[in-house]
Amino acid sequence: MAITTIPAGAATTFTAMGARRLLLFGGIALIAAGMLFGDIFAVFVLHQNGGQTGQALLAAARAVAAQNPSAVNIAFACLSNLLEDRGTKVDAHVHMIDAGYLALLLALMQPYVALSAPSKTRLAKLFLTGGLLLPVGIFLIHYVGLAYTPLPVIGWASVLADSAGALLIVVLLIEGWGFWNYLRGRRAGPVEPELPKDRTWERRTLLSGGTVLILMGFGFGAFYAGANLYEHESREIVILKDLLDQPAGAGGLTDSVNAYGRLQAEKAVHIAAHSHIIEFGLLAILLSFVQPYVFLTERWKRIWVKMFLAGSVILPVFVLLELKLGLLAGGIADVGGLMVLVALVGMLVGVVRHTGCLDAEARSAP
Amino acid sequence: MSRSRKLLILGGTALAVLGMLYGLYYAVFVEHQTLDRMGGSLASAFANAAERRGDDSQLALNAYRKTKYDYVRQVDLHSHWIGLALLLIVLGVVFDEVAFAERARFAIALAMLAGSIVFPLGVILQTVQLAPLGSVFAIAGSALVIAALGATAVGFVREGAT
Repeated sequence: MAITTIPAGAATTFTAMGARRLLLFGGIALIAAGMLFGDIFAVFVLHQNGGQTGQALLAAARAVAAQNPSAVNIAFACLSNLLEDRGTKVDAHVHMIDAGYLALLLALMQPYVALSAPSKTRLAKLFLTGGLLLPVGIFLIHYVGLAYTPLPVIGWASVLADSAGALLIVVLLIEGWGFWNYLRGRRAGPVEPELPKDRTWERRTLLSGGTVLILMGFGFGAFYAGANLYEHESREIVILKDLLDQPAGAGGLTDSVNAYGRLQAEKAVHIAAHSHIIEFGLLAILLSFVQPYVFLTERWKRIWVKMFLAGSVILPVFVLLELKLGLLAGGIADVGGLMVLVALVGMLVGVVRHTGCLDAEARSAP
Repeated sequence: MSRSRKLLILGGTALAVLGMLYGLYYAVFVEHQTLDRMGGSLASAFANAAERRGDDSQLALNAYRKTKYDYVRQVDLHSHWIGLALLLIVLGVVFDEVAFAERARFAIALAMLAGSIVFPLGVILQTVQLAPLGSVFAIAGSALVIAALGATAVGFVREGAT
């Protein structure tokens, strides 16, 4: 099978253990890990958590009807625990992927950052460390809790997450300062050349496809904000008031709790569809820049691009259809997420092959 | 580097740092307390209802509604600023491929940056007794971003990119 040749100029932009290579590998790995975590969360935790939350709310409402405040408190302790469990996992998923996006972005920006090569490499390592520790810290918040902490509401896992976030900010500020110096014409030794110019089918498809995905996401977000957001907020209060007003022995408690569950599901799928389609669009544009480094045949490169874009549409559309089609749509959405993940890993394999080829050439050069 | 690219990359970087600083401040000083207040007021609403203290229950439910209304918008500010900043920087890298004259590209970039600042700002203004002004900002900002992105998409599709 013929392998696509490495574009001229790509080698000089991609030195071994240089900042760009570290950020590119680290960024794609963070995104892939974040997506895998999201898929596992969606399949094994999300729906079960939703069911348990409904049960806890029903227990609280029954305690109200039975005039039993201590049972209310027990039910709310359970509810709070469930919401924290869900919230920290969603946040870990989002922050890991976003850190990956930023890493890819920094990889693209390296030629415009006027810092020395060793400084850039150190910054890249620090950024990837922060990008990994931030979601790990968020994930651990639920499990570590307030154990051994001297603070009233902030546990050690939160401290870890916040410190990692601060590290990311510091690195970004230094990179921004390097960019500012670049704009002022200052240079710190030889800088990496710009990315090789590339107008291939893969590049153009990812670029235009990504922009269209983002536009679709923005349009849907604007529609949601205008048509649903306030209605959802007021409906939540109406349902909660219904729950509180139920007399003892009333049979409508379950209906109200089910209505509350449906509302939470409506909100969740709308927000998930909006955010996922935009994130996939952004990722498509980022991946368009990476294409010169994907060392695969044209056929395989196109397969990964098509699979990526197809998954990017399938996931948000079927997440939205979960309200009408139930778990079937949820399953299809998960398959869409898996398609994106597989395409991403496929491209990562291409980048690994590319680096191997470059390093082998460098070693065999006289 | 063209003026439009500089504007997008510098503006995006500044916006990303702003969004992260806000997120860090919020996570350390506000979020935990807000979540405690939100959960606490809802639990109080139920506990008061169980004790048949209807007025206190209603007050607690109102406190929950207000806290959640603010919380959703505060988190939205953080995520939208950073998300839009990422988009600005990404487009900044490739903006020369938008097939319009540099003057038009600069106008598109300016609209996108202005919309990216104003739209989330409008969302947060809705939490500080400035709801009508906030809504105007949010709608105008999001319309600017959508229009600018639409123009960018057209520019990518057009032949003759410079």
